[in-house]
Amino acid sequence: MIPPGATAIVGAAESTEIGKVPDLSSVGLAIDAAANAMQDAGITAADIDGFTCGYFPVADMSRQLGIFPSWADNTVVGGCSWMFQLRNAVAAIHAGYCTTVLIVYGESGRSTRRLGQSGDAGQKGGTGQQFDMFYSGGQAAATFTLPVLRYQHEYGLSDEDLAVGAVSQREWAVDVPRATLREPTSVEEVLDSPMVAWPIRRAMCCLVSDAGGAIIVTSADRARDYPKPPVYVLGTGGALEAGVMSPAGVRDPLRPEFIRTSGNAAFSAAGVSHSDIDHLMVYDAFIHTPIFGLEGLGFVDYGEAGHFIAEGHTAPGGKLPMNTSGGGLSYAHTGAYGMLCMLESIRQVRGEAANQVADVDIALCHGWGGYWSACSTLIFGASAP
Amino acid sequence: MPHPLVPVPTPETQPFWDGCNEGVLRINRCRSCGDAYFPPSLICPECSSTDVEFFDASGDATLYSYTIQQKPLALWGSDSPRSVALIKLAEGPMLTSSVINCEQTPEALQLDMPLRATFTSFDEITVLCFEPSEGNS
Repeated sequence: MIPPGATAIVGAAESTEIGKVPDLSSVGLAIDAAANAMQDAGITAADIDGFTCGYFPVADMSRQLGIFPSWADNTVVGGCSWMFQLRNAVAAIHAGYCTTVLIVYGESGRSTRRLGQSGDAGQKGGTGQQFDMFYSGGQAAATFTLPVLRYQHEYGLSDEDLAVGAVSQREWAVDVPRATLREPTSVEEVLDSPMVAWPIRRAMCCLVSDAGGAIIVTSADRARDYPKPPVYVLGTGGALEAGVMSPAGVRDPLRPEFIRTSGNAAFSAAGVSHSDIDHLMVYDAFIHTPIFGLEGLGFVDYGEAGHFIAEGHTAPGGKLPMNTSGGGLSYAHTGAYGMLCMLESIRQVRGEAANQVADVDIALCHGWGGYWSACSTLIFGASAP
Repeated sequence: MPHPLVPVPTPETQPFWDGCNEGVLRINRCRSCGDAYFPPSLICPECSSTDVEFFDASGDATLYSYTIQQKPLALWGSDSPRSVALIKLAEGPMLTSSVINCEQTPEALQLDMPLRATFTSFDEITVLCFEPSEGNS
């Protein structure tokens, strides 16, 4: 077992601009973010000996950055790929394969239709292409959201209660200068927004943005020599389940086992419990994913999270601050949001978030990939135990 | 060149697609543990046996959950909203499909309603769909 706090984040940054960035491709956004992260850490490419990027040929991207790594990874499991990669990097550093890993992400989801990036879940002859995508055209809003109606039916969650999640996250985004949507909204406005895939309205869907992000992780010993306060990696988890771009492969869609598996691994490795978590990020590609995350991670019982959010517990002033950047619904969402999700957790632990929650010692970040093909859970701390 | 979303069968999945052309829902079953599963695969996901076969399933199913997509894929040939559904087969597996031959409304599409397999042909492929049934046999 890797001891909690054996490694730490020492560099973390987004691309200089996010939201609508028409003059950069996915490659440019990634390199811009990588440069910002190296500057944040006060190092250059020469100090980095481990590299992973996910959406680009790994050797191409490392060479462009002038990095000659002795360890590389390029795990791609959709939106939480960079969370999986951080988990792998922590293990590689602990094993002695490398000392300092740069994890890079960029996605021009809005302006250039992902120019320059690789990765295609719908490859010809693949399971998703044969058995799922024809029915929905691959539209996430009609497919990823398939469990929502069943959840509402089983647990009596009204459309009005469901809509509160979008309102709460907008309340956070109002105070975040880099957020795309900052005007307060209401349950009525969410329910009046155009229907995309009943019962899902447009305001229940994530944005489509351009953004890059990068983080640098190293051993706890080395982390003390960096300019920014280390953000320690206390515990990590990850799991796979659905396999293709539909929740059909999840054995019990209302109690997805992979969420519990990932969360338990992270809590166990970190040696902390739910009451220790000061700040929470749960990847919101659509309005329902925080509901399933809160339940699967065990913050509330199955069937309770929809009402928990509707009662305001995750909104500003609530007992469990969640998605404080405004999340994928209001801050930014490129297509794969995992890196942006992690970066808000890191800002909160550093104490430099736009919506800084008081005294964040321990923060949890949970993300998804390939709809419900994958998830990953990371627990960060301001100090090592 | 076919539309990129037109399913492309592989040798391993061809029996399922042949079944669609014959109007039969043909899925896998493990000879070792008896588990019925979908999508097609050379190995049983329940017990790892490779002693598996295709069989003609009953076609009976129920509606587990769904959405009603407002702007369907143009291939479907209609701009009208249509369902994307999670379908629970009587034999156990869950799959993604659409419920057709009924109104595409929340009133007409009731969770747990009985369905049966039906097949819809396009220029390049015949695909599995489901339609309301009076009750499962």
